[in-house]
Amino acid sequence: MLFSAFLQAIREIRRNLMRSMLTAMGIVIGIASVIAIVNIGKGASESITKSVSNLGSNILYLMPSQEHGPGGNSAFTKPFTMKDAEILKASVLSLEAISPVATASVMALYKDQNYQTSVRGVNNDYFAVQKWELKEGRFFEPSELRTGQNVCIVGQTVIGKLFPLGESPVGTKIRLQKFSCEVIGTLNTKGANTFGTDQDDLVVVPIKMFQRRISGNEDVPLMMTLVKEITPLEEAKVQIEQVLRERRHLKEKEENNFSIRSMTALLDTISNVTSMLTVMLSAVAAISLVVGGIGIMNIMLVSVTERTREIGIRMAVGAMAKDILIQFLIEATVLSALGGIIGLVLGIGITVAVAYGLDIAVIIDPAISVIALVFAMLIGIFFGLLPAKKASNMNPIDALRYE
Amino acid sequence: MIKLTQINKIYGSGGAATHVLKNIDLEIKQGEFVAIMGPSGSGKSTLLNILGALDEPSSGSYTFLDANINSFSKEQLALFRRYILGFIFQGFNLLKKTSALENVAMPLIYQGVGANERRERAQSALSSVGLESHINYNPNELSGGQQQRVAIARAIVTNPQVLIADEPTGNLDTQRSHEIMELIRSFNKNGITVIMVTHEEDIASFATRTIYLRDGVIERERTHAL
Repeated sequence: MLFSAFLQAIREIRRNLMRSMLTAMGIVIGIASVIAIVNIGKGASESITKSVSNLGSNILYLMPSQEHGPGGNSAFTKPFTMKDAEILKASVLSLEAISPVATASVMALYKDQNYQTSVRGVNNDYFAVQKWELKEGRFFEPSELRTGQNVCIVGQTVIGKLFPLGESPVGTKIRLQKFSCEVIGTLNTKGANTFGTDQDDLVVVPIKMFQRRISGNEDVPLMMTLVKEITPLEEAKVQIEQVLRERRHLKEKEENNFSIRSMTALLDTISNVTSMLTVMLSAVAAISLVVGGIGIMNIMLVSVTERTREIGIRMAVGAMAKDILIQFLIEATVLSALGGIIGLVLGIGITVAVAYGLDIAVIIDPAISVIALVFAMLIGIFFGLLPAKKASNMNPIDALRYE
Repeated sequence: MIKLTQINKIYGSGGAATHVLKNIDLEIKQGEFVAIMGPSGSGKSTLLNILGALDEPSSGSYTFLDANINSFSKEQLALFRRYILGFIFQGFNLLKKTSALENVAMPLIYQGVGANERRERAQSALSSVGLESHINYNPNELSGGQQQRVAIARAIVTNPQVLIADEPTGNLDTQRSHEIMELIRSFNKNGITVIMVTHEEDIASFATRTIYLRDGVIERERTHAL
């Protein structure tokens, strides 16, 4: 009986193929959206996690405020100094590397080529913290760092823009704003990070040169530290905090006027935001499933009316009310499940396309696929119940007389 | 086999009530071929619907082989129709866009018969009405006479004890009508009790007994010589 009802449902859908497809469209869109949103969310989350982990889970960012972002609100905060970095390196033994970092957007020129890029004032520890490797040339000499000489190490994007003919920039002089600097090295390609930022779009200079030539002050808006692998991150944080509180003359009950952030914290924040967005978008998509369900109910009610005489015939030859109920419920469920299957395929297609487009991990969560399909079928059952009940409650003689 | 005692059927209530059947007493023996005749509005179709367990009497008793049909639940009535009765309707009442074979096999679904057996029995029923070469035709591809043959095949595929026929030749010309009646008579001769509503004397002449209804009352009845 159930299999016959299933076959009958397939037959009915084929008979009214266009109508059935349009009816199932709400479910198709709903399921496709949920599948795509959840899977893309998971893919993005994994890519971000991977990317952030690649940056180093043992990196700490020191900022001279409690605000988010490098530097925070500098008008009300006391910036770090070069001395802070030196003292931290000397007194916190768990630190493997520490680099002051100052950044500015500057126009770089070479011959008739120019390009707006990010200039970063750092010391040699910056390359260890950020896992940069040289492609050509060398890092800064201690004397260059100490005196802030006009030397620079250039990222591949900048090289591509300023040296379009492919010549080696090492040994040449490029202009950064109003001064020139000698290119002493080039960095290996890193590509875009998870947030889409081109990591190779930079010129690295000694921090002292940056302060003298670009920022015009001795402020250090950010310090990046690399904690030794054997030291727990929290322990290093405590040590840094002690030194910085002392350096910044903070009293015992006074709050920190700086912050120490780790990649783990950033990862948690990103993960929370991604999860929240996924849940919110999925909820919106789920609404379209309900709308799809109402569409199915509407068409099933029309179908029951259209097939009143058929219901009468079936009752006359011995169908019980429950047989009719099951038949229409199965029809609604099959219609909804069909929409679910099409939506699933579409959702996976969208996931793959978007993942490739955004260069994030392709994750197809089988659990979500199963849940979505079961949900689609439940919608079919729920919204098919009213029409099926209407059909099964018919009086056989009234149904047979229906014109 | 079938016994109706003091059957009344009233549609509506109060001043708008219509008394369609009035104190009908009727007994039908197994193997009989009974025709019910009467002018329009005489109550013959209502009587047939009550006999076919499609409608319930307002009062009176309907017994089938000592079983009180009045006391049956909706489910029991459905089982009664499923296993005991076969229906032939004036308008054929075949499922559209469904092959003759599927139409005929449909009642067997509700008897829980397996797909292969359904197919065999439906084919056999269609053969018995001379449509073995039309099993895959949809109703709209068949003539009126052929459609009624499919409907007859559907009615007899479950081997019913009683065949309920409501104006089975109403939509057919004389020649096709006689062919259909011969077919019904052949099933009656094989032991199936037939109860048929008609308004045509020559069609009623195929029956062994004719009951004449007028204004909801059995006016007279006539037994035909075989």
